Amino acid sequence: MLLGEGIRLALQQIRAQKLKSFFAVIGVVIGVMFLMTVVTVIEGMNRYMKEDFARTIYGLNTITLSRWPEVQINTSAEQWREWIRRPRLTFEDADAIREQLDVPALVAVESGGGGRVAAEDGTEIENVWLTTASADYFRIRELKIARGRAFTAPEDRIGAPVVILGHEAAQKLFGDRDPLGRMVKIAGHRFRVIGVLEKQGTLFGMSLDNRAIAPSRSMLARVTAPHGVVDDILIRVDDPDQMQQALMEVEAIMRVRHRLRPDQPNDFALDTADDSMAFWTRISRILYLAFPTLVGIALVVGGMVIMNIMLVSVMERTREIGMRKAIGARRRDIIFQVLIESATLSGFGALIGIGIGIGLAQLVAAVSPLPASISPVWIAVSVALGAGVGIVAGLYPASRAARLDPVVALRYE
Amino acid sequence: MIAQQVIRTEKLTKEYVLGSEIVRALRGVDLVVERNEYVAIMGPSGSGKSTLMNLIGCLDTPTSGEYWLNGQLVSELSDDELARIRNKEIGFVFQTFNLLPRATALHNVELPLIYAGVPAKERRERAASALERVGLAQRMDHKPSELSGGQRQRVAIARALINNPAILLADEPTGNLDSKTSEEIMALFGELHADGQTIILVTHENDIAAFAHRVVTLRDGLIESDVVRDAAVV
Repeated sequence: MLLGEGIRLALQQIRAQKLKSFFAVIGVVIGVMFLMTVVTVIEGMNRYMKEDFARTIYGLNTITLSRWPEVQINTSAEQWREWIRRPRLTFEDADAIREQLDVPALVAVESGGGGRVAAEDGTEIENVWLTTASADYFRIRELKIARGRAFTAPEDRIGAPVVILGHEAAQKLFGDRDPLGRMVKIAGHRFRVIGVLEKQGTLFGMSLDNRAIAPSRSMLARVTAPHGVVDDILIRVDDPDQMQQALMEVEAIMRVRHRLRPDQPNDFALDTADDSMAFWTRISRILYLAFPTLVGIALVVGGMVIMNIMLVSVMERTREIGMRKAIGARRRDIIFQVLIESATLSGFGALIGIGIGIGLAQLVAAVSPLPASISPVWIAVSVALGAGVGIVAGLYPASRAARLDPVVALRYE
Repeated sequence: MIAQQVIRTEKLTKEYVLGSEIVRALRGVDLVVERNEYVAIMGPSGSGKSTLMNLIGCLDTPTSGEYWLNGQLVSELSDDELARIRNKEIGFVFQTFNLLPRATALHNVELPLIYAGVPAKERRERAASALERVGLAQRMDHKPSELSGGQRQRVAIARALINNPAILLADEPTGNLDSKTSEEIMALFGELHADGQTIILVTHENDIAAFAHRVVTLRDGLIESDVVRDAAVV
């Protein structure tokens, strides 16, 4: 009852003094806006990492064996020199893993590069993501063929001059015409289009559909990797529970092949989707730690402004407070009223901040590859924070108001 | 009969410390007011009449002496208990009305009921009938700025009456009103008195005090005279 009265009064006050109220809560608005924007983007990234990124880069239940980790932060020059000296991965490594691995799994090689692809009529597209891979690559990466077919293991072994195009590449090269059976030219070599992939979308703003995939021993390998060498070996474990087992086995196989003594570290990298998530989790933890500090500063400043405004408001209404006491308001009623008013004021600011913050995050999502995801939990946290700041900021003015002597307050000019 | 004594003070004193000086505002006031009396408290400034009013209104506590309000010893109550007494037993009417400027007449009158914890529906009904009683049934949704001085004071009187207080305590209620409006307000007080309301009027104006049936005059913190008149002006 008093709560309703308090909120009503506070809203009245805000309505009556729109500009003053706005300036009173601007610190809270900025703090909450900042919080919402950042949290929305981080949450968006989180979801993105979980749903798309980790899967696209590494694939589900897949171990990626490569010379150095795919995702790196703050790599020192020394570290780089060590990585460069590592032995390259070969087709033989992949064959050895396929033969020796006990855990049931699919094994494929993969090398990548970039280049141009031209159609027979002279249409040429640039910056195409070129991949040479073995036949199981499509199953490991869960790449669905929209039209035509993927290449087969025998085609891969003999290095048949066939290519599967990404959705966008096919579109750009052939338009409405059927690409199947047509020839394309990549790095001077001719390939026959035997399939087109389903549309994949984008990752960080990059198209995943502007690509061409040819057998690992085809002529395209001359573009993607030196002879006999591959970028990555992919191992997709049939049973997710056997990931650890598979990781250990692959590590053991490679250590033997590279003749590493027990005291020597691995000279290759094993990555899984979980690793990339761990990497991202680390980044987001840093963000979550750093931003509250900044948000906190904004909220403290906002709280101080509100405290000042409330002190002035209590002063201005000394007589009113005297009157309220005269007609039966107890100390706690006065404290409650002032606290509700300042919490409403600041909660109101938080709402504005949430609105602007979400808007900003959407803007960021629209103009940059960063995704945005609105989290109801954080909206609730923001409102609570806003109201909390108001309550803390209102404590001192409220106790000042409650301590007013009604006799003095009623005579206050 | 104790029950008929709405106010009884015994040797009420009040001292203030003003800088290094001790001001003895009241120096032993014995006052009894019975139910349905209409008392004016007069006296020059510095006589202690405001101090006495604050004590009677439970806005302040005496330095010594006892004060019974409606049979209850209130001179030794805590802050919160005094707030409850002010809410239930005393209806204040101020010189400057002291209404909430942004609230309607109805809401202003409701205010004491909010602090008394009365549910919203009952509040509205009681506030509406209190406004009817002071002749403002048509002005319930008006804000103070939309009302004349006399109407504002009527709203304040309705607010004072809302909890059926033991005493209506008016401090210079006509101080901010012209003489015609003053007469209207005094006529309203007369009606309320006729209905059985106990009224205490603090004023320095003789012609306002003339409406009361009994005039208590203070001087230097003591009761100088206490005159009961039979032929009061109504």
